[in-house]
Amino acid sequence: MISPRRITAVLKKELLQLRRDRMTFGMVVMIPLIQLLLFGYAINTNLRHVPVGLVDHANTELSQTLVQIVQATQVVTVKEVFLTPEDAEQAITEATIRAALIIPPDVDSRLARSPAVGLGLPDATDQTSSRPVAHWIVDGSDTMVASAIKSLRTMPLTELLRLPPNRQVPTFEVTLYFNPEQRSAVNIVPGLVGVILTMTMILFTSSAIVRERERGNMEMLINTPIKSVELMIGKIIPYIFLGLIQVAIILGLGHVLFSVPIHGGLGTLLVVTLLFIIASLSLGLVISTLAQNQLQAMQMTIFVLLPSILMSGFMFPFDGMPKPVQVIAQVLPATHFMDMIRGVVLRDASLYALRSDILWMVGFAVVGLLAATLRFKKRLG
Amino acid sequence: MSDLVVATSGLTRRFGEKTAVDNLDLEIRTGQIYGFLGPNGCGKTTTMRMLTGLLTPSSGSISVLGHPMPDYAEPLKHEIGYMTQIFSYYRDMTVLENLRFAAEIYGMPRKTTKDRIDELLGTYDLTENANQLTGSMSGGQRQKLALAATVMHRPKLLFLDEPTSAVDPETRRAFWEQLFDLVDQGATMIVSTHFMDEAERCHRLAILEHGVKKADGTPRQLMTDLNAAVVEVEGDGLRQVKRALDETGKTLSTAQVGARLRVLVEKSEADPVAMLQSLLQGFPGLSLSVQRPNLEDVFVSATKGALS
Ligand SMILES: Nc1ncnc2c1ncn2[C@@H]1O[C@H](COP(=O)(O)OP(=O)(O)O)[C@@H](O)[C@H]1O
Ligand SMILES: [Mg+2]
Repeated sequence: MISPRRITAVLKKELLQLRRDRMTFGMVVMIPLIQLLLFGYAINTNLRHVPVGLVDHANTELSQTLVQIVQATQVVTVKEVFLTPEDAEQAITEATIRAALIIPPDVDSRLARSPAVGLGLPDATDQTSSRPVAHWIVDGSDTMVASAIKSLRTMPLTELLRLPPNRQVPTFEVTLYFNPEQRSAVNIVPGLVGVILTMTMILFTSSAIVRERERGNMEMLINTPIKSVELMIGKIIPYIFLGLIQVAIILGLGHVLFSVPIHGGLGTLLVVTLLFIIASLSLGLVISTLAQNQLQAMQMTIFVLLPSILMSGFMFPFDGMPKPVQVIAQVLPATHFMDMIRGVVLRDASLYALRSDILWMVGFAVVGLLAATLRFKKRLG
Repeated sequence: MSDLVVATSGLTRRFGEKTAVDNLDLEIRTGQIYGFLGPNGCGKTTTMRMLTGLLTPSSGSISVLGHPMPDYAEPLKHEIGYMTQIFSYYRDMTVLENLRFAAEIYGMPRKTTKDRIDELLGTYDLTENANQLTGSMSGGQRQKLALAATVMHRPKLLFLDEPTSAVDPETRRAFWEQLFDLVDQGATMIVSTHFMDEAERCHRLAILEHGVKKADGTPRQLMTDLNAAVVEVEGDGLRQVKRALDETGKTLSTAQVGARLRVLVEKSEADPVAMLQSLLQGFPGLSLSVQRPNLEDVFVSATKGALS
């Protein structure tokens, strides 16, 4: 029967080796730390201060005020002034600026009739007044930059003539729950838990069996009475604790540095992360029994990691993905975890509300552990 | 029950086209040190792996301690100890940690573990290295640790794969003393080696070449039964003498040993010295004498197919 003594023996051995493996131990702490800072500070989906150029054919007081108002939105910053649109185009091609505002000579008269200034709606047949005030040329290759500039298309210009802003009645009223200030960190930090756990948990265990084989320990191990299950369980338990340390680092620092709220209970959080850690570890063990060497184990880990970052809903909203991609993404534990961790951390979702994700995760872990145990043979051939 | 510990018949293992072990019949009795003697690649490790149930034979049958292998591999793990050719305990753990691991994996009772480890540390002269990382020890110390861990659970049957290949002669002597102590306590051992002096210490030997058993018996028996005469040639110009003899094709082998040339001649030759003298007329001043065969002579003639 399964012997707790042998499981403890493997577990203790793994801990001893881990303690002397400074590199791995450092990774446990450094990966979440660096990733958190990178994603928290560097990645911002609200684009600000896009460098742009200016070609002002009018050069009047009004045109200068127009430029100031545009800059006041903070979406763009004028970096260079050009004499001709051709010069501006050249600069866009050279990527010194991402877009250029071209103000026509008759900007004053256009402004006077522009609906954006709020002097009343122009007649639809009135050709002159329905012309835009000025022209943006944009490097459209980066969709984020392009849509930032496009958002300026209908900006109100009432300020220009020192008129009171003419309030438009919105079609819809929108109330934002859970992240009213629309800070990206609130969504990214809990998701980061999933990405980092996928990366480190699979990476550590995927080399676990392979390493024994590469270092020649396997022949000794399979000559002992140890059972496959005992070996598998003994190998994953230490990493469960490492995983929990990482979760604590990410959520704790996320809370302190980026004020990411933690609405859910710690018990719920623990259950959800434990499930994901065990599912990831068992996936790592399966890889470990498939790979012939550590390089292969690493390659297979990346094969799982990439879709876990791109398709899980961490980077791009799951709902926006095409149906076939969604189906594939559903196989990954990370996709279910994104759902669960954001649910618990941001919305205080209950375990019952997350039951389908939880069931799936349990199933994945059990199948993974079984597959690894069955695949692991105490034979060389 | 017979005292047969290991018996195989027609044991064969192929790797693709290559036959690593070829139709091997073995009978190994209790209380013996049984040696596999042969050069690298002759199939010693492959044979041991099949006997311990790690490799499945391509054909043939194995019985170990009265049970068929590899079917009984798991229950027999408690009775068998296997010291692998390459050190297979953990280099990033200390001697003590490795021994504790072995004790726990073999399910040694908690109460007796400490005493057993202390006893082994003493026996194998490792007490001072107890807290040293295994990776920083000498080859000889590592082999002692490997042996200590292998005998932790007091196996009845021990497999030692080239246990002293990376060890100095002094350590090798001490190591063998310990093996005889273990035999004295009732263990049976199968040891592979490519050293003649080591093979000579075994109770019985099988000489392997390309996976085929060329001879087996006690070292003494093998030496007396040798189907060849050994003549030593002393004198000047031994390299030329060797070349001349090799060209005649009338000797089984010639090998220089220091200032002498050791020549093997078919035993059917009535007077080997006279025969060689007639071949060496062009070399004056040589002295020839008949010698007692040693194990190397046995090995050389066995692998040349000249054994009775
Ligand atoms: N796993 C394997 N795959 C292919 N060939 C192997 C394998 N193991 C051993 N061999 C081959 O079988 C032969 C015997 O090897 P081995 O038993 O290791 O010899 P020894 O231990 O006597 O040096 C060698 O030619 C070796 O190349
Ligand atoms: Mg070998």
